[in-house]
Amino acid sequence: MSQTLTPELAEMATEVCGYAKDFGLDFFDVSFELLDYDQLNMVAAYGGFPTRYPHWKFGMQFEELQKTYAYGLSKIYELVINNDPCYAYLMKCNNHVDQKLVMAHVFGHSDFFKCNYWFSKTNRKMMDEIANHGVRIRRYIERYGQQKVEEFLDCCLSLDNLIDYHSPFIARRRAQSEEEKEGELDSANPTRLRAKSYMEAFINPPSYLDVERRRIQEKLDTMEKFPDEPQKDILLFLMENASLERWQRDILSIIREEAYYFAPQGMTKIMNEGWACYWHSKIMTEKACSASEIVDYADHHSSTVAMQAGSLNPYKLGLELFRDIDDRWNKGKFGSDWDECSDAAAKYSWDRKLGLGREKIFEVRKIHNDVTFIEEFLTPKFVEKQQLFTYAYNKQTQEYVIDSRDFQSVKDKLLFSLANFGQPYIYVEDGNFKNRSELYLTHRYDGTPLRMDHARDCLENLYKLWQRPVHLETVVEKRKKVMTYAGAKHEEKIIK
Amino acid sequence: MVHRIDPDNNRFKEIVRGKIKQNLKKYISQGELLGKQGDNIVSIPLPQIELPRFRYGQQQAGGVGQGDGEEGSPISAEPGEGGQGAGDQPGEHFLEVEVTLEELAAILGEELELPRIEPRGERTIDSFTDRYTGIHRAGPESLRHFKRTFKEALKRQIMAGLYNPENPVVVPIHDDRRYRSWRLKAVPESSAVILYMMDVSGSMGNEQKEIVRIESFWIDTWLKAQYRQIETRYIIHDAAAKEVDQHTFFHVRESGGTRISSAYQLCREIIEKDYDLDQWNVYPLHFSDGDNWGGEDTALCMKLLKDFLIPASNVFCYGQVKSAYGSGQFIKDLTEAFPDNETLLLSEINNRDEIYRSIKTFLGKGK
Repeated sequence: MSQTLTPELAEMATEVCGYAKDFGLDFFDVSFELLDYDQLNMVAAYGGFPTRYPHWKFGMQFEELQKTYAYGLSKIYELVINNDPCYAYLMKCNNHVDQKLVMAHVFGHSDFFKCNYWFSKTNRKMMDEIANHGVRIRRYIERYGQQKVEEFLDCCLSLDNLIDYHSPFIARRRAQSEEEKEGELDSANPTRLRAKSYMEAFINPPSYLDVERRRIQEKLDTMEKFPDEPQKDILLFLMENASLERWQRDILSIIREEAYYFAPQGMTKIMNEGWACYWHSKIMTEKACSASEIVDYADHHSSTVAMQAGSLNPYKLGLELFRDIDDRWNKGKFGSDWDECSDAAAKYSWDRKLGLGREKIFEVRKIHNDVTFIEEFLTPKFVEKQQLFTYAYNKQTQEYVIDSRDFQSVKDKLLFSLANFGQPYIYVEDGNFKNRSELYLTHRYDGTPLRMDHARDCLENLYKLWQRPVHLETVVEKRKKVMTYAGAKHEEKIIK
Repeated sequence: MVHRIDPDNNRFKEIVRGKIKQNLKKYISQGELLGKQGDNIVSIPLPQIELPRFRYGQQQAGGVGQGDGEEGSPISAEPGEGGQGAGDQPGEHFLEVEVTLEELAAILGEELELPRIEPRGERTIDSFTDRYTGIHRAGPESLRHFKRTFKEALKRQIMAGLYNPENPVVVPIHDDRRYRSWRLKAVPESSAVILYMMDVSGSMGNEQKEIVRIESFWIDTWLKAQYRQIETRYIIHDAAAKEVDQHTFFHVRESGGTRISSAYQLCREIIEKDYDLDQWNVYPLHFSDGDNWGGEDTALCMKLLKDFLIPASNVFCYGQVKSAYGSGQFIKDLTEAFPDNETLLLSEINNRDEIYRSIKTFLGKGK
């Protein structure tokens, strides 16, 4: 179905690869494949993995990509997969300049995948792993029926952001195995001695069972709440503690694993794209582009980093920030000398000729993610030059308006939208709430309320997994509230 | 070619059509693709299913943008969901391209499964075009059919035993010549007029007008793709009606009471004056929030509809836009007065998501 590169393109890839190496990029081997548009759309719909498990959401993404392509609204040039070797899919019908640019771009991504710290704990054999996931889920579908498995998948997918994004590189705890669960206490069924039915009343006298039942109940009553600390990895908590069937637990673990695999890509979107753009422009303009190609290159490049009116393009932001860092460290515009200098003219013509830019950007791409990248390197000058602003919703006019161009508020807003993917922080507080094994979650309120209809439906999904009442503590209209779902209807209670 | 993704894709389509998994129905949104038409941004329907998630209420959240503008000035593009970077889609590039009006109409038709409109029988003007359909033995040299001519020559030579496969020379003589011939074909050519009527009384707010604007744009686009010649007239009314140009139609804000009959009366006058019903397909469209001044005026409306407007129209469309002030009574009166009328199409539009459904009601009959 897919084909490897034509001899001409293979030669081009070798050439571009050489330039990338000369610049000091350190990447996984890249395996290029050519696809036509519907194959490329399909692979993109599956998040880059053609062997992924079946689910309608991939069909939905495919539909969108097909439509945007067919109606000429947009097209995908390339797709890169974080894997060793790195897979890159190219669109067959691209012209040669585009292919060259895209290859240079791909080597940038591959270098980033390999060297950035936040990717260091991702599975580099994900191609195989995902195929494995696909096989497992297909097997469950055969055994339990599509309806049942799909419903469970929908449920898990609606909760798949409940993981601890900010520590994906900590070696994660394995889920508790089935055997460890054996010794659990159950007050409804106290341990009996084996007996033939007519001997039952003598060997396990009801009075003894009553005593035993009371003893277990007392023990359960005194059990402390768990987890000890609020836990952010709610999916892991559910895997370990919810009473799920084996296949359900396995599906949950698959969803969680894939969520963690994709997490660093979301966490480094600005950097990753910025880095790739930085290098494709460097390689193309300094090495690879011939005179006849430069106009096509410029056209493509400018559309990639173009600003949409009013919205932020991560390609552009990342690229400009890397260039800014390069420039500042080349000229020595950092450190206490620079910070303490208040002479605008001196600052304007500041150049210590340090030439540290290249070294610095390689260091940055190694240790930072988007949050720390912005925190560390966004400067007032940069915000001004790039015309960044914050916007907010104006209720009177029912439209989004520019709120402020102040450096601090731009930075705060940007960081807010990046931290935890711009998603609310939700923790498991207690898995044995009220001592009735009810699930108690807290939303760490940071000034922005939850979207309530979705929150309610998520509680329903959580209830499906937990099978006991679920509670969520949040803040609505500046008052603390507990939302509860116990299987029949939603309740909300204001608490102190 | 069969793709691995086809089952997933089909399953998604079935969910959207409501065939399976009713429990997901409430998550289906009529998303849209944005296309550009000149300076205007237009949308192409694209249904999406959004699973529930713990997320922020987006409207209050805001975000960071880039570009010109003073503090407090609105930003042109609606921002996307903030922080939707969850990297399912590594390293994609998107490029924007323009769409033509014809393409848009085709897309709309395809998406909403609209039937082509069949103009009413006697209202077609026939014009004639030449179609080349046959072969004749005589004709002008410019229309000589070379292939047929040589075929005839070859047949003749073989029959006469003059053909030598070793030296395959074929020479046509006069009798071998064949010519393309044509036939006159009548092509029905029909014209249509759309008469937009809108209630601009105080109760119609900006949001209501926006809905009317979007809906009229699509109806315009579709009808333009169906008829060669199309005219558009605009009528606004509060307590009195007047004819206006397009810009005024969408931007004027009047206040005061509502007498729908005034618009219907004006509509009738325009049709009688300018459009010969034997030659024109007539599409009156009326948008209002359903508030009329009183039962007397409503009775007058019904009479106008019954006596003239409904018989004269291909379809008479009434779209009732929900507003905070309107009572929404008028559509009930219409339903009561004309139960099961094929020509009178009624639709209630409560919000923007319902525009596509409403368009389908109006245009789905293929009339």
